[in-house]
Amino acid sequence: MLEISLKIALVMISIALIMNTFSLVRGPSLPERILSLDTLYINSIGLILIYGIVQASSINFEAALLIAMLGFVSTAALCKYLLRGDIIE
Amino acid sequence: MSFVRSWLPRPFLSLVLLIVWLLMNNAFSLGQILLGLILAMGIPLLTEPLQTQQMAVKRPLKLIKYIMVLMWDIVVANLAVAKLILGPTKALQPGFIAYPLNLTGDLPITLLASTISLTPGTLSAEVSKDKEWLYIHALDLPNEQALIDEIKQRYETPLKEIFQC
Amino acid sequence: MNFAIELILSLLLLLGGSLILIGSLGLIRLPDVYTRLHAPTKATTLGMGAILIASMLFTLFDQGSLSVQQLLITLFLFISAPLTGHLLAKTAMHQRLKQIDKTKNADLIEVARDRKAPNHSSD
Repeated sequence: MLEISLKIALVMISIALIMNTFSLVRGPSLPERILSLDTLYINSIGLILIYGIVQASSINFEAALLIAMLGFVSTAALCKYLLRGDIIE
Repeated sequence: MSFVRSWLPRPFLSLVLLIVWLLMNNAFSLGQILLGLILAMGIPLLTEPLQTQQMAVKRPLKLIKYIMVLMWDIVVANLAVAKLILGPTKALQPGFIAYPLNLTGDLPITLLASTISLTPGTLSAEVSKDKEWLYIHALDLPNEQALIDEIKQRYETPLKEIFQC
Repeated sequence: MNFAIELILSLLLLLGGSLILIGSLGLIRLPDVYTRLHAPTKATTLGMGAILIASMLFTLFDQGSLSVQQLLITLFLFISAPLTGHLLAKTAMHQRLKQIDKTKNADLIEVARDRKAPNHSSD
């Protein structure tokens, strides 16, 4: 039962990633693109975690932690750039 | 005592840093604890000039209760938003409101704004310069006054009690 | 692993997967930038929370050790989600993006962009 639900969850997240890529390309404005990128990386963390369960290993969690931190910092930096035209004031 | 103060300016921050370091490494060996202790002492010393005076939590027990209520609300809120997304989007009535703040101090206002962003269909967008108004965008806004009253009695009053401000 | 744990894990995984899917669907379906901000900051965060709890339970029962790294990821996501939403809302107001016409109190955008207090004569 666990294997089936793991597969279903993987398919769901893959569809979510495809939809995020679609809205990333569609836009139409820059903040919406940043929002899609933000959702894209959060969903990819989910993908990595489920893959960790499939493999029964915890070696991927560090990658997930890194994506979470760097993703947030890059989103904040992009927003700051659009707000002020500069990242570090 | 002044020796301890100058080498350990923020004991609580040091403790949190040590715990987070050990959690991140997922190992409790002597070497990791030593390295964690060095980091827990070094980082507060290096960042001391960047710190600003923050309000202290006066009622820790109420804070725990607040977090419990908040976690329950997050679950309910998310299911409500999921229902709104799946339903007909044409029927949505989005809107902005200006919320009059009773709180003072940066930390309580930040906590309130984050709480509002995490709970039912509302997103805090901006705070006015005099820190008296919070601008909120709501996904579905049938009644403005009801929303303001709900935020006031569910989140702002407990926060006011926690920080006594 | 016994049946009950597998059932709980499956339910958590399916809940998380469908919430993530709904969040991404909202990003496409909702009409304007301000409403779109709601979908990922809420639905996706709870979906990630469910998947992370499932992952933690799995490591607990499969390998017998409580891995706390996932707890850190959850905590970090829950702290960063409102900040991202707030920053993006600010950016959207700053860029003067169009809201849909039926938005209530749309004049508040102008006031909020300059961080002024709203004037009471209008409402």
